[in-house]
Amino acid sequence: MRLAQEMVKEVKLGVDRLEPVDGFGQSNRTAGFVFRPTCVQEIRDIFALAQEEGRAVTLRGAGRSYGDANTGAEAIVIDIQRMNRILSWDCESGVIDCEAGVTIEDLWRYCLEDGYWPPVVTGTMYPTLGGALGVNVHGKNNYCKGTLGEHVLEMDVLFADGTLTTVGPGDELFYQVISTAGQLGVIVRVKLQMHHVHSGNLSVYAESARSWNEQIALFERFEHDADYMVSWVDCFGRGVESGRGLFHAAWYLERDDHQSLIASNQDLPSLILGFFPKSLVWKVLKLFCHRVGMRLINWAKYRSGCLLGNRKHHVQSLVAFSFLLDYVPDWRKAYAPGGFIQYQSFVPKEHAAQVFDAQVRLQQEYGLESYLGVLKRHRPDKFLFSHAVDGYSLALDFKVTEKNRDKLWEMAHRMNDLVLGAGGKFYFAKDSTLRPEDAEKYLGESLSTFRLLKQKYDPDGLLSSDLAKRLKLHR
Amino acid sequence: MKTRFAIVIGASSGIGRELVRQLASEGTKVAAVARRTELLDALKVENPDRILTYSHDVTDFESAEKLFMQMTHDLGGLDLFIYNSGIMPVVEPNEYSFEKDQATVDVNVTGAVRWCNLAAERFLNTKSGTIIGLGSVAGDRGRSGSPVYNSSKAFLHTYMEALRNRLATSGVNVVTIKPGPVDTEMTQHLSMSKMSATKAAEIILSKRGKNGEFYLSPLHRAIFYVIKRVPSPIFRKLKI
Ligand SMILES: Cc1cc2nc3c(=O)[nH]c(=O)nc-3n(C[C@H](O)[C@H](O)[C@H](O)COP(=O)(O)OP(=O)(O)OC[C@H]3O[C@@H](n4cnc5c(N)ncnc54)[C@H](O)[C@@H]3O)c2cc1C
Ligand SMILES: NC(=O)c1ccc[n+]([C@@H]2O[C@H](COP(=O)([O-])OP(=O)(O)OC[C@H]3O[C@@H](n4cnc5c(N)ncnc54)[C@H](OP(=O)(O)O)[C@@H]3O)[C@@H](O)[C@H]2O)c1
Repeated sequence: MRLAQEMVKEVKLGVDRLEPVDGFGQSNRTAGFVFRPTCVQEIRDIFALAQEEGRAVTLRGAGRSYGDANTGAEAIVIDIQRMNRILSWDCESGVIDCEAGVTIEDLWRYCLEDGYWPPVVTGTMYPTLGGALGVNVHGKNNYCKGTLGEHVLEMDVLFADGTLTTVGPGDELFYQVISTAGQLGVIVRVKLQMHHVHSGNLSVYAESARSWNEQIALFERFEHDADYMVSWVDCFGRGVESGRGLFHAAWYLERDDHQSLIASNQDLPSLILGFFPKSLVWKVLKLFCHRVGMRLINWAKYRSGCLLGNRKHHVQSLVAFSFLLDYVPDWRKAYAPGGFIQYQSFVPKEHAAQVFDAQVRLQQEYGLESYLGVLKRHRPDKFLFSHAVDGYSLALDFKVTEKNRDKLWEMAHRMNDLVLGAGGKFYFAKDSTLRPEDAEKYLGESLSTFRLLKQKYDPDGLLSSDLAKRLKLHR
Repeated sequence: MKTRFAIVIGASSGIGRELVRQLASEGTKVAAVARRTELLDALKVENPDRILTYSHDVTDFESAEKLFMQMTHDLGGLDLFIYNSGIMPVVEPNEYSFEKDQATVDVNVTGAVRWCNLAAERFLNTKSGTIIGLGSVAGDRGRSGSPVYNSSKAFLHTYMEALRNRLATSGVNVVTIKPGPVDTEMTQHLSMSKMSATKAAEIILSKRGKNGEFYLSPLHRAIFYVIKRVPSPIFRKLKI
């Protein structure tokens, strides 16, 4: 059998390579010349082609960033999803070595039976390791376990000039390549420390919160003890009820439970309530995907949270707790045709309640309430474009229509100002609305450092993206 | 959906120029293509941020593909492609000039196929987009006045219909416009009531989200509904 390395095909640029390339929110639709290499040499050849054709290169994993971090209009798009081999797995130490197209789903399916779970997971299991490290993702355990990058032992990075370098936590470059959204080099291999678990289940505690102050108090109560914390926020809550929602904390179970570690036992059922096919749920959601419908759904969720299971513990599988959104396939179609944007801002803890309260008030003033609000606790990290602060983040989903677009962006800019005023930050994976001056402000010195690195590692500016252009990151 | 990026082939005068003006003023970035650079330069000055200009002769079939790639790159995408180039040389009643006829076929037929094929293939792959082709009421019948102009437009109608049928399942709209007399350089020598190019362009752009064949007014549609059905022996005797 010939190795993938030897079977390099000739790469050419033609209309046949064109494909639609969207962010997950589908609010910015573009087309790019997509290549799906299977080995490092093929990526080198694609870089050479891009150089020759005078086109930029955009890196893309599973395309789960909501905005334009993973799109490059009319650019060459390198989609790394076919570089998806697990190269080695040590079930004693929990160290896994894999190509960067391996997904979070691949990781847990492969390792769970040996008692290992990814140290950090996102709200969806589909991101690739390359894409996840590109923006340095966080999970519901960010306040205690940090970002995914903090669990990487070593990785290989390919630079635009074809050089392949291995970096680890001892190297400065490690903290610079991770988090800078694919603008310095391509992460092609990742060695990761997985987290040991005894059971595939968690003990989950739920408590409804009536206001921002109650929300923050709940996070403070559990932050020294819980393994995960997350809270849902109803953005239609007004006045004294602003910030109302439902808080969850979760703990790993210490008792050995082999059955729960079998991957197929983690799979989410295909029917909801035992009879309704989950593949059809988005169609029902679409019927409610407007202001009145979402006000009703949020209200119903809040009320039922107050009545059912409030202040109680229950057992839930790791997959169900971690990847709730994956439970509803194609849910983003409910937002068609204009798509949606996610807006997540990170605010130091002293100002969080006040800034988020002001953001929600603004939404109500504009009549553009977020249909979903998610509150998380974070801790700072030392990656170059870190989005985390010692504080909280609020993630919001806004439906985009041709009519509301300008108003929505105007509102987002006002929300940005609130965050910047409080010393807060933003996250490229969730961004669509930042302006270059906003990025300059929250990134500060890091942006100057990045620009020097760009000169060094990619002087021709081959690696780019629509986000990099929008935020003028390279200049 | 809003048109963010457009290409207009045949953009230096008449209907094409108006299409460019109107697209640019509604916020679209538009590539304007034609031979007469001085006219294109003057057009660009009207909205330099949104209008890009390219000098090109549609009978230079070889260079079309490269130019197409260049323009979509410069624009940053493509939502709307309009093939508007067309010529209608004056043909005397007993004239059979092969030069004039060939030139007409080159611009109205072969140029259209060269360019619309490129747009069709792109939109097929990107699974969205609109192609608009400028046909003519002249293509509805074989009138004695200008046999090749008439048939070039008839060709375009059938070709566009076929593209529409090919691309129907790919999320691509193909629109055929059949204008009646419009006041432009092409019709300067004709004395009859004409629609303004501004009005014509407005109507054409209003058909973007649709898929099908359109006249510029319900009256034209009604008249040509009848004219198309007039039996040949009678049609021959009519001076239309
Ligand atoms: C439903 C849902 C829930 C989510 N929940 C969370 C969450 O809880 N926490 C969180 O942090 N994020 C969350 N996200 C965001 C998501 O985790 C990130 O956007 C992640 O980057 C997606 O990975 P991807 O493989 O799809 O990468 P893409 O979105 O395709 O790419 C992300 C970035 O990485 C760059 N990149 C891609 N491949 C490479 C590579 N090999 N080397 C270097 N750079 C590369 C890209 O250029 C781009 O800038 C969520 C997204 C969704 C849709
Ligand atoms: N006016 C009418 O009454 C009428 C009626 C029905 C249909 N139409 C159709 O509408 C379209 C526009 O016509 P119009 O009335 O606006 O006429 P026009 O003012 O003469 O415009 C014709 C356009 O086609 C371009 N063109 C001609 N030959 C070309 C070539 N070889 N290469 C590139 N571009 C070329 C011209 O640009 P350059 O010369 O600068 O290259 C010009 O921009 C035509 O297809 C015409 O057949 C017009």
